[in-house]
Amino acid sequence: MAEFAQQIVSGLASGAIYASLALALVLIYRSTDVINFAQGEMATFTTYTAWSLMHHGMSYWPAFALTLAIAFAGGVAVERVVIRPVERRPELVIVIVTIGLLLTINATIGWIWGADVKAFDSPFPNNTWDVHSVTISVQDVGTLGVCLLTVFLLWGFFRFTTVGLAMRAVAINPNASRLLAVRVGWMLALGWGLAAVLGAVAGMMAAPTVFLDPSMMLVILIYAFAAAVLGGIDSPAGAVVGGLSLGVVINLLSRYVNFVGTELRLPTALAVLLVVLIIRPQGLFGHKVVRRV
Amino acid sequence: MALLEVDQVTRRFGGIVALSDVSLELEEGTIGGLIGPNGAGKTTLFNVITRMYKADSGRVVFDGRNLLRVRPTRVIRAGVARTFQNVALFPSMTVLDNVLVGAHTRVRPFGDRTGKALARETLEALTLSPLADRVVAGLPFGTLKQIELARALVSRPRLLLLDEPAGGLNHEEVGELGGLIRRIRKDFDLTVFLVEHHMNLVMSVCDRVHVLNFGQKIAEGTPAEVRADPAVIQAYLGTDSAAA
Repeated sequence: MAEFAQQIVSGLASGAIYASLALALVLIYRSTDVINFAQGEMATFTTYTAWSLMHHGMSYWPAFALTLAIAFAGGVAVERVVIRPVERRPELVIVIVTIGLLLTINATIGWIWGADVKAFDSPFPNNTWDVHSVTISVQDVGTLGVCLLTVFLLWGFFRFTTVGLAMRAVAINPNASRLLAVRVGWMLALGWGLAAVLGAVAGMMAAPTVFLDPSMMLVILIYAFAAAVLGGIDSPAGAVVGGLSLGVVINLLSRYVNFVGTELRLPTALAVLLVVLIIRPQGLFGHKVVRRV
Repeated sequence: MALLEVDQVTRRFGGIVALSDVSLELEEGTIGGLIGPNGAGKTTLFNVITRMYKADSGRVVFDGRNLLRVRPTRVIRAGVARTFQNVALFPSMTVLDNVLVGAHTRVRPFGDRTGKALARETLEALTLSPLADRVVAGLPFGTLKQIELARALVSRPRLLLLDEPAGGLNHEEVGELGGLIRRIRKDFDLTVFLVEHHMNLVMSVCDRVHVLNFGQKIAEGTPAEVRADPAVIQAYLGTDSAAA
């Protein structure tokens, strides 16, 4: 029983990372109707940036904060420079552009930092708490806390600020928003900035356990896809719930179902993706798309 | 001096001339009507005035400024607000939030107290206050139209463009609409320009009516004059040969 609880906590921790990245995907999907395939690589890039900052002597939290600022600016810049010119093209064009972006960023990372695996510091001590004979890793609790805090702050931003309101309006109806004096282009860029921030948080939280290498987010991005689809690709709350539950389920399966083990974790996520798309394509919290002809 | 002056505006879509040298004026404080058969270019003209479409030539002068030189997001700041034919609200947001987006020009990016006060005040004026915290999706169509009206009014425009305000409303609601339009003109100190197919409403509420047919202005005058105009009757009912 104690171990079961422990597995749940560590599942929640990795789930929180999937949730952050899934939320980043949902954020961009809602406003532009495309999946940003480069979301994982953008996160990897910012995580390397954090590594460099710390490598040059900065301590963890200042480097963390500065990295988020850099991620935000980078996300805005990517939207303005790369996505904006193809904004009105068919969705497939934008998808291809994001795949191009994935390859470009991935290559750039290798070019700047090299391909060998680097260790990434964790801000949390490497010890455990004992709560009623359940051993909980501080690392797991910290990861969960940071991710959930980020999500919570973001929710507050969308719920209580005028800019957040305008961004929601743009996601629903860009034309009507433009007429109400909302600067639609900038709102989309802000969305990319915030998505990049979420990705950066996910990357920096994942790096201490998966280690830093140019393709570290590739697998996590697939989990995030599965989480976003499970929760409903247009539902932010769904992305969070989907991420957390996916983390827990996969962790429990790989611990208690022998043939899953560690090898079949990723295929499990893909199976979830497939089953959701077949049985309930709108996910747990998403909306059915009704096309009027 | 006229508050709005549309001066020889032309707009083509490929080979189709949606608006051909259309000119008209709207005096401050009046209610103007824009009528014409389907496809006459009424909504196109609204879209040109609000900068959703570019005009191929001509000017739209509002309060001495050429609106066609104004950035689309600045039109509402200049004092022009509109509603849409098929209601363009944000369905998943609350009534209050919908109206707040309309107050966008008047609030600062963070801390939106002024905007909220303005939005609540506007909802109150349209007796929509009880619905403020309801989500828009699922509300009756007539209510949606009123919410959209509130969203347009919250920016405190000088000119309000209404695209088929009676469209989709039931008989009773149309009856109330005339009174509502007159009341908001007075309370909000407005000039109103409306596109409408519902002739009783147009005739009872408008001070002056402009008639478009196939992108051209064919008549203008008081409701009584327009109703008696042979060109208007012909546009609506067809020529003798076509009718036969």
